[in-house]
Amino acid sequence: MLAIGEGASYEAQEQIKSLGAQNIIIRSVKPSEDQKVTTQQNNSTLDYGIKYEDISRIQATIPGVVTIVPARVMREYVWNITVRVDAEVVGTVSWYPTMRNHRVAEGRFFSEIDQLAGENVCALGSEMARRLFPMETPLGKAVRIGSQYYRVVGVMEPVSRAKGDDTGQSSAQQSVDRMFIPLSTAKQRYGEILFKNRSGSFERERVALHEVTVKVDDPSKVIGVSLAVKDLMERNHKKKDYDVVVPLELLRQKEKTKRIFNIVLGSIAAISLLVGGIGIMNIMLANVTERTREIGIRRALGAKQRDITLQFLIEAVLLSGVGGALGVLLGVAIPFAVSALADMKTIITVWSPLAAFTISALVGVIFGLYPALRAAKMDPVEALRHE
Amino acid sequence: MNPLQPIVSLQSVRRSYSLGDVVVEALRGLTLDIAAGEYIAIMGPSGCGKSTLLNLLGCLDRPTSGRYLLGGTDISSLDDDSLSEIRGRRLGFIFQSYNLIQQLNVLENIEVPLFYQGRSDKEAREIAIGLAKRVGLEKRMDHKPFELSGGQQQRVAIARALASDPLVLLADEATGNLDSGSGREILGLFDELNAAGKTLIMVTHDSSVGERSHRIVRLRDGQLESDNRR
Repeated sequence: MLAIGEGASYEAQEQIKSLGAQNIIIRSVKPSEDQKVTTQQNNSTLDYGIKYEDISRIQATIPGVVTIVPARVMREYVWNITVRVDAEVVGTVSWYPTMRNHRVAEGRFFSEIDQLAGENVCALGSEMARRLFPMETPLGKAVRIGSQYYRVVGVMEPVSRAKGDDTGQSSAQQSVDRMFIPLSTAKQRYGEILFKNRSGSFERERVALHEVTVKVDDPSKVIGVSLAVKDLMERNHKKKDYDVVVPLELLRQKEKTKRIFNIVLGSIAAISLLVGGIGIMNIMLANVTERTREIGIRRALGAKQRDITLQFLIEAVLLSGVGGALGVLLGVAIPFAVSALADMKTIITVWSPLAAFTISALVGVIFGLYPALRAAKMDPVEALRHE
Repeated sequence: MNPLQPIVSLQSVRRSYSLGDVVVEALRGLTLDIAAGEYIAIMGPSGCGKSTLLNLLGCLDRPTSGRYLLGGTDISSLDDDSLSEIRGRRLGFIFQSYNLIQQLNVLENIEVPLFYQGRSDKEAREIAIGLAKRVGLEKRMDHKPFELSGGQQQRVAIARALASDPLVLLADEATGNLDSGSGREILGLFDELNAAGKTLIMVTHDSSVGERSHRIVRLRDGQLESDNRR
């Protein structure tokens, strides 16, 4: 049970860790409907989100901030001749991979020189690379977005997800792949205003940056810095057109849920242990009653109370020990079955089978003690007379 | 040990049981001395206190009042552990229904008292094999009790009683469950043991069995009725 719990929380933790424990992520959020009506009555251009000034303010005023990764995100179709992929085109900086723990699998990420020059280079997400270039390596090839061609310099590693990418078709719906281009290039090609033509309606949006990742030098400062960032953003934005995500906070929350989850599973295990213990006590009591005469004989032949106690205690521990060993075998086997059948990750920590076995032996001692003492306390005369 | 000093000495021993409100007096001031090497039969009708006396002699029970000296030790003042120790080292029990432990074989049954004395396995095995030969069971040493006849089982019990080389052997209706042939064999074994110097106390209501002993003590209503040496 704990193996399943451990596995479930491990998945979630991995996802959060991929965002980086020392990072704070600020995202632009389109203001909700009612706010938009009051502020954007006549203006057809929707202006919202993080501004360039926000970044410089954060960098200038908040101590502990090491680097900032700004990113613009555009939803576009990416073409390789006739193959089309719906993707998020991310305009960002060259240190994005190290910051977000999202590494390059093949080739390289674009460099600072590419960025300064505003080159048309890109790094593809692993899934879209596979779909755009099924038969060949994408490195050195070109992909097209609108009228622009971009040279592929690298392919990213797949984002760590449970076990999603089995067939390709199904996973395309789960997640939109990202393609990375230099921020300067994105600015040149797209400007500040984005046109969106979605489900019949035509919208114009002015968004400077969609996503900013702030890296803090020390994990212990993350929470403090995040508060400062939230404060600063609140003061400079009339509307709540941004969202601050702190992976560390999420991680803490996940750990909390994990703890609760483990407590629940643990108490179920504890209750079954109690029931098992009472079962052992019952069996041992029946055993002691059945063998009353043997106890009398042994007492007559010189067995001390201690000897009788020890004999029945050993029997109880043997009983619960065999049960414990079977339980450990099942406990190791079931998580494998769950992983195989239910597509869930399970983790068996080294100490849990050991602890399980020790605890079950201990249950034998605790619940075997009462029957054993009862056996020892019997009057030898009565015991010998017992049929 | 002083040979003049009795090996068993009961001094005005009383034993009473309370059954609810009623107090039953099983022994009412019994005084009895038994010397080393005696072969004594305790007889009497049922309810006369024979079993109570045997339990007291066997250190399974303690007198309500009076003193019981076994080999010079006052039993009435000992705690449970010391009583167990004495049962194991100084006394040998032979029961009417043999009382062997069913899941153990002949040798293992003989070894039980030695085990509780903390003797080594090897030593215990040697003693057990010697005793099995002495009672004539050398061919059945690895049999379980249910594979043996009544007479054979009782001989295992005698071997077990002898295992710790006790001061006194206590036999409770040792031939009661046996046919006359097996009974005679067992009594023959008792004679042999007594001739070899063992003190033997047996409880019986069968006068033909009692005749074999050298001294017959009769009880009635928890008191000594007669004490005849022959």
